[in-house]
Amino acid sequence: MKTRKMAIITTVCLFGFGLLLTPTMVFSENLKVGAVFSVTGRTSFLGDPEKKTAEMVAEQINNAGGINGKKLELIIYDTEGDATKTNLAVKKLITKDKVCAVIGPSLSGTSMAVVPLAEQYKTPLISAAASYKITWDEKKNKSRHWVFKTPQTDTMAVEAIYTHLKKRGINKIAIASITTGFGKSGHGELVRLASKYGITIVEDESYGPKDTDMTVQLTKIKGAAPGAIVNWSVGPTQVVILRNWKDLGMTEIPFYQSHGFGSRKNIKLAAGAAEGVFAPLGAVNVAELLPASHPQKAVTMGYMKNYTAKYNEPLSSFGGHAWDALHLVAKALKAVGCDRAGIRDYLENKTAGFVGQHGIFNFSTNDHIGLTFNEAFLMVVVKGDDWALAK
Amino acid sequence: MPMEKITFANQLLQYLITGLTVGSTYAMVAIGFNIIYNVTEIINLAQGEFVMLGGLVMVFLHVAAGLPIVLAFPLTVIIVTLVGMLLDRLAIRPIRQPSVLTLIIATIAASIIIKGIAMFIWGKDPFDLPAFSGRHPIHFLGAVIQPQYFWIIGFLIVIVIFLTLFFEKTIIGKAMSACADNPGAASLVGINVKRMILLSFALSAAIGAVAGITITPISLMEYDRGAMLAIKGFGAVVLGGLGSFPGAILGGLILGTIESFGAGLIHSGYKDAFALIVLLGALFLRPSGLLGSIEVSKFKRF
Amino acid sequence: MLRIRKLPIIIFALFIIVFPLVSRLIPAIQNYPDLMIFAGIYSLITIGLSLLMGYAGQISLGQAAFYGIGAYVSAILTATYGLNPWFCMVIGMIVAAIVAVLVGVPSLKLKGHYLAMATLAFGIIVFIIFNEEVEWTGGPDGMSGIPGLSLFGFAFDSVEKYYYLVWFFVFSVFVFTINVIQSRTGRALRAIHSSEAASSAMGINVSRFKVVVFVYSAILASLAGSLYAYYLNFINPSTFDLFFSIKLLIMIALGGMHDIWGAIIGAFLITFLSFEWLHFFEEFEVIVYGVILLLVIIFLPQGMVGIPKILKGLFNKKVSNG
Repeated sequence: MKTRKMAIITTVCLFGFGLLLTPTMVFSENLKVGAVFSVTGRTSFLGDPEKKTAEMVAEQINNAGGINGKKLELIIYDTEGDATKTNLAVKKLITKDKVCAVIGPSLSGTSMAVVPLAEQYKTPLISAAASYKITWDEKKNKSRHWVFKTPQTDTMAVEAIYTHLKKRGINKIAIASITTGFGKSGHGELVRLASKYGITIVEDESYGPKDTDMTVQLTKIKGAAPGAIVNWSVGPTQVVILRNWKDLGMTEIPFYQSHGFGSRKNIKLAAGAAEGVFAPLGAVNVAELLPASHPQKAVTMGYMKNYTAKYNEPLSSFGGHAWDALHLVAKALKAVGCDRAGIRDYLENKTAGFVGQHGIFNFSTNDHIGLTFNEAFLMVVVKGDDWALAK
Repeated sequence: MPMEKITFANQLLQYLITGLTVGSTYAMVAIGFNIIYNVTEIINLAQGEFVMLGGLVMVFLHVAAGLPIVLAFPLTVIIVTLVGMLLDRLAIRPIRQPSVLTLIIATIAASIIIKGIAMFIWGKDPFDLPAFSGRHPIHFLGAVIQPQYFWIIGFLIVIVIFLTLFFEKTIIGKAMSACADNPGAASLVGINVKRMILLSFALSAAIGAVAGITITPISLMEYDRGAMLAIKGFGAVVLGGLGSFPGAILGGLILGTIESFGAGLIHSGYKDAFALIVLLGALFLRPSGLLGSIEVSKFKRF
Repeated sequence: MLRIRKLPIIIFALFIIVFPLVSRLIPAIQNYPDLMIFAGIYSLITIGLSLLMGYAGQISLGQAAFYGIGAYVSAILTATYGLNPWFCMVIGMIVAAIVAVLVGVPSLKLKGHYLAMATLAFGIIVFIIFNEEVEWTGGPDGMSGIPGLSLFGFAFDSVEKYYYLVWFFVFSVFVFTINVIQSRTGRALRAIHSSEAASSAMGINVSRFKVVVFVYSAILASLAGSLYAYYLNFINPSTFDLFFSIKLLIMIALGGMHDIWGAIIGAFLITFLSFEWLHFFEEFEVIVYGVILLLVIIFLPQGMVGIPKILKGLFNKKVSNG
């Protein structure tokens, strides 16, 4: 009697567990890749195109037969740009969803919040954020073993702008930046690299992400009479400041935007005020302008066509970071399968020369960024409603 | 035209002009707060969402649907007014045991919902609206003024005159004021308190819509702008004294001007902090705001 | 009323102990202890806030600032100066207490919406400082390299170990707070909430009591901030912004503000709703979140802790009808 009862209970328990376990069993054939992007919230301008791009790339890979016959399963969590949420999501991807690798997060701040997890759980992480600190451990003075990233760093963007300024003989500049991670990080690099290029910063202004008017900051800058203005921001503020710049009759002072200006929507929103503005942009932003011989011509044109056809909206350069990250991971998966250490080694040693949206990647033991500024950025200038390559 | 050199006096004037215009938008939000507060003693934290909706609905009607401005403007105000009335019916009236906390949470919940729906409809990108009378800036003593600034200040003045007449001369306006003073007595003398509350939400939403329509040509508008506007407006209304219309305008203009002078003369990264420190200082010296009456505030429940 | 009911507390303690062991066996909730750590950290703040709001009747929209002060004091002193994490945790609580006195003494004289605005302004100012003082705080990109916690060579380096650490703190604070509420101090607080004039006539030093509760809530928030920093080994300002202060209010309202149990239930629910359960709705998540909030406020004005009472009411009605 007792044994029968026990047997029934055991069966029921096992059945219950079986039910809970089945879903993971069935899909374990797939190659799982985790992704964390700030799809909603204040920084959705980054995460939204990244999510769309990653979904599109996964779909393309699967339509073409998957990776070695296996389906690429993309699991995306929204971080809302929040460090806590990102941390929880990445832990869940690694321990519960058991992904082979993680791409994202979208922001430097949220990336720094999960860098320790990649090291702790020995899982490759390919961040889509700018700061060089994401892959470079300053305390140990070497690259973080498990962390890579695909975007250009702010350092590269600043170097591209400063090189251009020097070419034009400008050495006195004013800077304006937004008080978010993007702006502060760019601001830090602008200040740090100025002396290296013989540039003096005569005025240093900032504004908040929801500010509606930058007339005051520009008036102050006007008083300092700089040779050029370098502005570091994303979102509506980078358009409002351009309008204020034009209204204040300051168009004689050349205006440089950061690589955050990389969407044609901004030119349109500026309603004429963007004319003559310079910006360092990745090849992906200016695919049509590239000469046919450019190594990135084919991949950037392909991406642009597919993206605009699928989502019916202009391409944002930020999506390109997800394109690069997911393609790199897919390449590694094809070569080594779902082996976390193998993927990491493959990324570091075997992907040299990978042609991406934002440059040609050459990772190495001490360089988990894999890009240099003169190939990662092109200086462009706004002419009419579009970009033109700047001389 | 070569760029003229700018003097320190020109700069100061520019800071003042910018401060006053930015302050006018805060004042408009603050007036919206006061209308509802005066009738219900609720601080409606969804007030900023009315402004956001005003801007985005106008973009839809005027830019996307191509309606002329004289038609799109009133239509936008009507649509946002309806949203305001819905807010009262769906979020405020059903609450049976109102307290400061439940009412604040209810308006926060409403603002989350409105923001979410706006994101669903318009997406996350900012939108632009053509300026009412062009974008050619006016030069004045070395400072620059956007023509749109005059529209903002103009509408602010019109709204103030309208409200003053409404609350002091019309029967409905007087009835609304009575609800604020003593809702029990008001309903005893036959005033429909619930209808007055509904009306206050409608009026306040309409003013929010006007604010949104007039500032969008200058600052663009996107779905999540509301919260920041609500905070600034709340600051203005508290600085001026809850319930006082002259206080709301004074509070808004002072906040805007401090921000702009703080940014121009001291440090632009801390400009919001300067404004808030002044606000705190003012509250510690005058606990009921600059133009608020301590005697009156004793009778208020919240 | 004055007797502390022991049974629920014992059940609560048992639940805390057993939960990770059970979740380990069920794949679907395997990651829940990780979420529970944050629920625990938030509970520490909401317990203080509930005492301040539900018992002393004072609103605070700046509680995230104290949470941030704890986190940043701990982070800076450990990561930059290499001091002992436990020692830094205590320093964080002392700093938070001092700031709370400086802000609380003038602020708590204000009433209703004026107090709400004053605490809100304080919270934003502190947030701006975290954001702007890049040399100290690392600015918006945050600070990394914060060490974990260990005690006598035992490192709290896994989710489960940290879970037990955090909930040990929550449980201790909970029991202590319940005892305070049932003491003379608690009676005084309730008296203040019902009528300030009457209680001051009874000889209660109203303003001193309010400041003391404010300081207590600040110390708890600071403790929570330190625990957060040592768990994530990373902090950035946006964790401590105004929206977090509002989220705390929502937790209190959802759980029920006149009951310390409500503080824990609210923290638990909001953590799981916003980090896990609503994920399914994707882009609509915020709308669903707002709707849930509104429905609770309308239909459960006492919060979740009011449910048993409502059920009891329904049951009694049925019995008397039948």
